[in-house]
Amino acid sequence: MTVESEYSPDADRIMAVSLGPQHPGAGHFRIRLWLDGDYVVKALPDAGYVHRGEEKMAEYRNYTQNVPHLERPVILDSSNILFAYSMAVDELMNSKVPPRAQYLRVIMSEINRIISHMYFIAIQGLFLGHTTMITWCMGDRDFWIDLGERIAGARVTFAYIIPGGVRNDIPGFAVEKGLNTCDWFEKRMDEYEKIFFDNPMVHQRSDRVGVLSKEDAIAFGATGTVARASGLALDVRKDEPYSSYSDFEFKTPVLTQGDSWARAYVALLDMRESVKIIRQALKTLPQGPVRLKLGPQPRVPAGEVYSRTEAARGEMSYYIVSDGSPRPYRLKIGVPSGKNLKALPHLLKGVHVADIPVIYWSLNYWPVEADR
Amino acid sequence: MTTAVSNPGTSVAAAPPQPAKPTPPSGAAAAAPSGSPDLGRANSLAAKITSECPAAKIEWVKPRRLKVSVPPAALKEVALFVRDSLGFDHISTVSGVDWIAKNMLEVVYFVGSTSQGQEDFVLALSERMARDSPVVSTMIEVWKGAEYHERETHEMFGINFQGHPDQSHLFLPEDWNDLPPLRKDYVSPGR
Repeated sequence: MTVESEYSPDADRIMAVSLGPQHPGAGHFRIRLWLDGDYVVKALPDAGYVHRGEEKMAEYRNYTQNVPHLERPVILDSSNILFAYSMAVDELMNSKVPPRAQYLRVIMSEINRIISHMYFIAIQGLFLGHTTMITWCMGDRDFWIDLGERIAGARVTFAYIIPGGVRNDIPGFAVEKGLNTCDWFEKRMDEYEKIFFDNPMVHQRSDRVGVLSKEDAIAFGATGTVARASGLALDVRKDEPYSSYSDFEFKTPVLTQGDSWARAYVALLDMRESVKIIRQALKTLPQGPVRLKLGPQPRVPAGEVYSRTEAARGEMSYYIVSDGSPRPYRLKIGVPSGKNLKALPHLLKGVHVADIPVIYWSLNYWPVEADR
Repeated sequence: MTTAVSNPGTSVAAAPPQPAKPTPPSGAAAAAPSGSPDLGRANSLAAKITSECPAAKIEWVKPRRLKVSVPPAALKEVALFVRDSLGFDHISTVSGVDWIAKNMLEVVYFVGSTSQGQEDFVLALSERMARDSPVVSTMIEVWKGAEYHERETHEMFGINFQGHPDQSHLFLPEDWNDLPPLRKDYVSPGR
């Protein structure tokens, strides 16, 4: 788009404004807005400020070397992005991942779902001026990061789920810590409901704000929390029970309002199910090896694979084309933030400027993940 | 209210060995559930698509996955057919592949479904074109959500989507004037 077209011919009335990329909320991301007074006439997302060329980088590295850098696009949810990658490589190599590793993969990806959702609802609180929510959630999130650290040995970027299994076994004390954390966290979630989701101020600011209809959610290809808040019961864990998800009892929370409140609340409901899964998995953890020996340079036969998992933000998918060489010929990461981006300009049309932050953040959009 | 850090010495009673669960046949994945990872459904979908469009070629069939390659001229017709008659209404992602040795470029549309009982299936529709004149038509009319995915494929592979409303750079800098970076003949700096 040229510079001229940034400004409307009706220049007296319509003002073009850039929101970001330095805005504290829309970090590394810009929204170009055309405003008529306090109303948004048109909004266009401008991504790419944190594009790192992950897909090109992957073509220069072998399947083992690709593990640590592929989790960088979404360090909040590092296990889930590696889960889909590992599943893709396992499928290409036709390797049979041991049951204990399957359970540990699920445990870690659910811990990461909670870590990611806690960040999400914390910042949603910040954007609504609810300071308690961000301080509580950011503090409580650390207990889950601690638990992940006990299991994986690293903070945040766990690099735990790898092709062939998981990097290391879970230490015995982490099982007990995990069960304690689950018990404590369920009580905390009741408190979040009381102070935040049942809060009249929060309802006034986010009810019926940025409503995405179910039809639009389907047409835009929306996924994850965004789809489930609009009545679209999509959950890869249920639809296509990968790994050991078929062994656990859990529900897929679905709301029908489709507004900003529902998109945040569905994340809380998700976390309740995650706690259930983690508890069941820790209690019934099978014995056995946790990793197949693949060697430093796994031999991956030629072929194509499309694998997907339910990450915190939605469907995370990998399309890998292997030509039989040690490195992927083509690796495409289909990230949920990218899939939900199409909804943003649609939802911002016609809203008040003051509603932009809450709508933007309620989409659970993570610029680094979308840009890769 | 906080979690007490348990003493590393206390060992947790190891869970008794599980009764051997019917572990799914691997490969098709670690992902395959206890259900039937058979190819019946994929094959019947493949038959429906090829009877609708005889030019369509089945590339591979897997449990819950099917890749069909279609000549670019027929893609829209097939896309409308799979959306309206077979229920593949939910675009997942779009990928390009540069087959430099064959002098071809490929675009792959990955489409899921929101219809009951078919949510687990992902259909891949692909089209191939010559590398020196990569022009195809956009699928935005079929799946609105394809817009940003196609825009990305355009800048990364140099494929021109006819009818696309905005093919300006999404991720690349506005002043990028090198080869499209995901093409095989583009070499990353320092390599």
